[in-house]
Amino acid sequence: MSDSESAPTLKPVNRPPRATSRDRVLGTLRHALDAAAFEELRRDVVASRLASHPRGPIPARGQLDRAGRLALFRDQATAAGATVEPLASLNAVPAAISAVLRAHNLPLQVRMGADPRLAALPWHAEPALEIGLGPSDGGDLAAVSFAFAAVAESGTLVLLSGPNNPTTLNFLPDTHIVVLAADDVVGDYETVWDALRAHYGPLVMPRNVNWITGPSRSADIEQRLVFGAHGPRRLHILVAG
Amino acid sequence: MAVRITSPAFKANARQALADAPLQTSMRNLEANFIGRRRAATERLPEFEALRDAARDIKDHTLAHLDLYLTAFEDKVVQAGGHVHWAATAEDARTIVLDICKRLGARTATKGKSMISEEIALNEHLEQNGVTPVETDLGEYIIQLRGEMPSHIIAPAVHLTREQVEADFRRVHTHLPKERNLDEAATMLAEARGILRERFLAADVGITGANFLIAETGTSVIVTNEGNGDLTQTLPKAHIVLASIEKVVPTLEDATTLLRVLARSATGQEQAVYTTFSTGPRRAADPDGPGEYHVVLLDNGRSRMLGTPFQPMLRCIRCGACFNHCPVYQRVGGHAYGWVYGGPMGAVLTPTLIGIHQAGHLPNASTFCGRCEEVCPMRIPLPKMMRHWRERQFEKSQMPLAERYALDAWAYFARRGWLYRPASRLGVALLRLLAFGRGRLRWLPFAGGWTSQRDLPAPAGTTFQAAWKQHVKARRRAAR
Amino acid sequence: MNSQTPAQPRVGLFVTCLVDLMRPRVGFAAAKLLEDAGCSVEVPRQTCCGQPAFNAGDRATARDLARQVIEAFEPYDYVVVPSGSCAGMMKTHYVELFDDAEWQARAGRFSARTFELTSFLVDVLKVERIQAIYEGTVTYHDGCAGLRELGIKDQPRKLLSHVVGLTLAEMADTEACCGFGGAFSVKYPEISAAIADRKTANIAATGAPMVVAGDLGCLMHIAGRMQREGRQVQARHVAEMLAGMGHEPAIGEPDRS
Repeated sequence: MSDSESAPTLKPVNRPPRATSRDRVLGTLRHALDAAAFEELRRDVVASRLASHPRGPIPARGQLDRAGRLALFRDQATAAGATVEPLASLNAVPAAISAVLRAHNLPLQVRMGADPRLAALPWHAEPALEIGLGPSDGGDLAAVSFAFAAVAESGTLVLLSGPNNPTTLNFLPDTHIVVLAADDVVGDYETVWDALRAHYGPLVMPRNVNWITGPSRSADIEQRLVFGAHGPRRLHILVAG
Repeated sequence: MAVRITSPAFKANARQALADAPLQTSMRNLEANFIGRRRAATERLPEFEALRDAARDIKDHTLAHLDLYLTAFEDKVVQAGGHVHWAATAEDARTIVLDICKRLGARTATKGKSMISEEIALNEHLEQNGVTPVETDLGEYIIQLRGEMPSHIIAPAVHLTREQVEADFRRVHTHLPKERNLDEAATMLAEARGILRERFLAADVGITGANFLIAETGTSVIVTNEGNGDLTQTLPKAHIVLASIEKVVPTLEDATTLLRVLARSATGQEQAVYTTFSTGPRRAADPDGPGEYHVVLLDNGRSRMLGTPFQPMLRCIRCGACFNHCPVYQRVGGHAYGWVYGGPMGAVLTPTLIGIHQAGHLPNASTFCGRCEEVCPMRIPLPKMMRHWRERQFEKSQMPLAERYALDAWAYFARRGWLYRPASRLGVALLRLLAFGRGRLRWLPFAGGWTSQRDLPAPAGTTFQAAWKQHVKARRRAAR
Repeated sequence: MNSQTPAQPRVGLFVTCLVDLMRPRVGFAAAKLLEDAGCSVEVPRQTCCGQPAFNAGDRATARDLARQVIEAFEPYDYVVVPSGSCAGMMKTHYVELFDDAEWQARAGRFSARTFELTSFLVDVLKVERIQAIYEGTVTYHDGCAGLRELGIKDQPRKLLSHVVGLTLAEMADTEACCGFGGAFSVKYPEISAAIADRKTANIAATGAPMVVAGDLGCLMHIAGRMQREGRQVQARHVAEMLAGMGHEPAIGEPDRS
């Protein structure tokens, strides 16, 4: 276990009075697997797989140069129902947000977390834009998040929970605007896991890693696709740089 | 168990389903949509077959080390501040969930879609004990209004038409003015969204299933398109994950490989809209998220499948592709199967969970067309395992008597060629006589299973083997 | 095994019990096609491949019948079967039936020599032309076992394309099951018929006056259902069409031969 700053505080192990159920299940499993006969070997195999986390087949489609990845990400996210807007730099984000809200006749209000990359943006250039900070209680029409990364292969955004980008912002407001640095668009999910391990230390995860591919939808009534089931109806991605 | 099991009445259920016009309309919808979408998605990805192999291998490896991966998972959950509860039986699982709800003083529990919840009949148990369960997946919400079980593992309300759903909404959402337009999927969804949004914000406990558990990190994964699972697990005080033991996979990479085949097989999407990896409760600095994180690991008979011919069934990732492609499911829908799991995967799994004496029809009601195995992302040999169940029934003499006698009589002749040939010639001549020179029979005694539905062609009058003998003789004469 | 095809391959024809009892014409058609392609054809004594027992869960009977078939057909270079379903049983499932090494090996050798008819003609004999004329349109139903156990899809179509005058009109969802399923058709007759109805509707929608397939079981089921529905569509085994028997009585038509 890494002692990275984000590591959760260890709580006392709460092995409940259900040891019997645990023993019964594990006992049946170990008997069926003849586990005792190969104890050492099995433990080694498991430990080494957990430590080496080998990759499976990785689709060739995402293995492109930077421009190719950006184009594929745009195409895939668009196919999934998101809108993608390239921006010359992060400094263009506030104006782009105002424009999106205006285009959809929404009030110039957004909620966002404490992400320093968002805080550093030139919001003063958009004096009419009202910014609420912190998680959503369901009363917000639009939210802004900063993505940890994005995967070109399927047009998927990767967001991490925490004070910088509270999870409720991903789901409660009807319009979700996600800021993405063009350099963070990678070819495949595996690259994201490696980045996450580098960021948090091995084997530690934030409470939520959210893969988001397009806006919320349901096809539960006669398989008719309707957007905005419980999550946002609209997912707008600003790709900066 | 509280769940009503009607599997023994499969034949009657099926007959009823075939006569149910709205159901037949809905099932045609399913066929028209799911099959083509899956095919298109798999054809877009050249690596799809290689991913299927890898996916199968991951699960086989995990199952061979299941005890170790489960305890590794448990350790990681605990390290992240969560709790793991082992449930050997459905009853254990119900008790665990209710205890957590009671301790938190919970009055309502929102729920993401979970087949395990159906399997352990959790809703009834919570209701009886003063906790109101609120299904939040649109399909699950609809069937909860109707007091039904899901008819499909990923599309619970696939058996219903728009008109039926509208009628249910009008019946239950009595606050609605009559003139409110509810005849489109979009307006009905908006109505459900409005109602459920209040429930999400008011819920004390959120209960979800898990598509995968990741041993490496102590993470549970859910996959949804609506985002209901995320609101369910993020807003309340506690997040309870219901998962069966075979959901565990070793690493993030392994889960990723499985996720590459799951959505494509299920709905033909490149990836589901929301794939959420959850590890432990909210951290000290987190402004949102549940304060408690519990994982209930359910066995309920699965550990006994290891080391048996049914072990490959534990590879199943519940994508539903076998349902969508099954000619029997396409005609009779999920409720005919009489319990929680229908379709080909249910035909194999249900007998292990409720007993072959109750679910005996399920593995028999298959044409063995093999399309389920063809599309299964985990390459589960479903027809083969249905045949295993038939073998067990045969060994235990659980076959209907008439069938057993017919089979034994046929086998008696088929084993004895010297007797078979004259007997078959005689039978064929008789049949031909009964046809009175017409090409076919519309009715035949003891053959009602055939002639109730179709004409039976009359045989040519002699067997091929007899005719071939004459043919060879004639040829020899001609050659001389 | 047979890395090279012998000059005149000796073929043991397993006609299947349904052809033996119900439609000998298919057996003669198969024999003609094999002889035209240069094989010597023999018909050893036979009953059934054992599939009904296998699918009913009666492994012992299935094993006995498999032994019987393997023994009877061991002398031949090839075993040819005008049915994807029976060929699938013999080629892919016999090997699963035996626990002892000797019979496993014998079943393995048997499997390697066993072929469904159209697959044998195209894949083994490399037949490029056949002598048959049929002026008309037909549609083709893919039997499930042939399709999914043996990969038979292009072979019958390729052969039908050599029939002078014949046009193939593909039906929608041709890979969908017809609902026969052996004993399934009599154990769950209503479901079986409901599955057939989608198939017969797809057949009718092509406008072809004839449906052709490689399995007599499917054909009897499809033909019988269409006749019950009053549809004017004939049904014939693909071997009949390839052997130039397309004008002889179709399945379920009066046959004075």
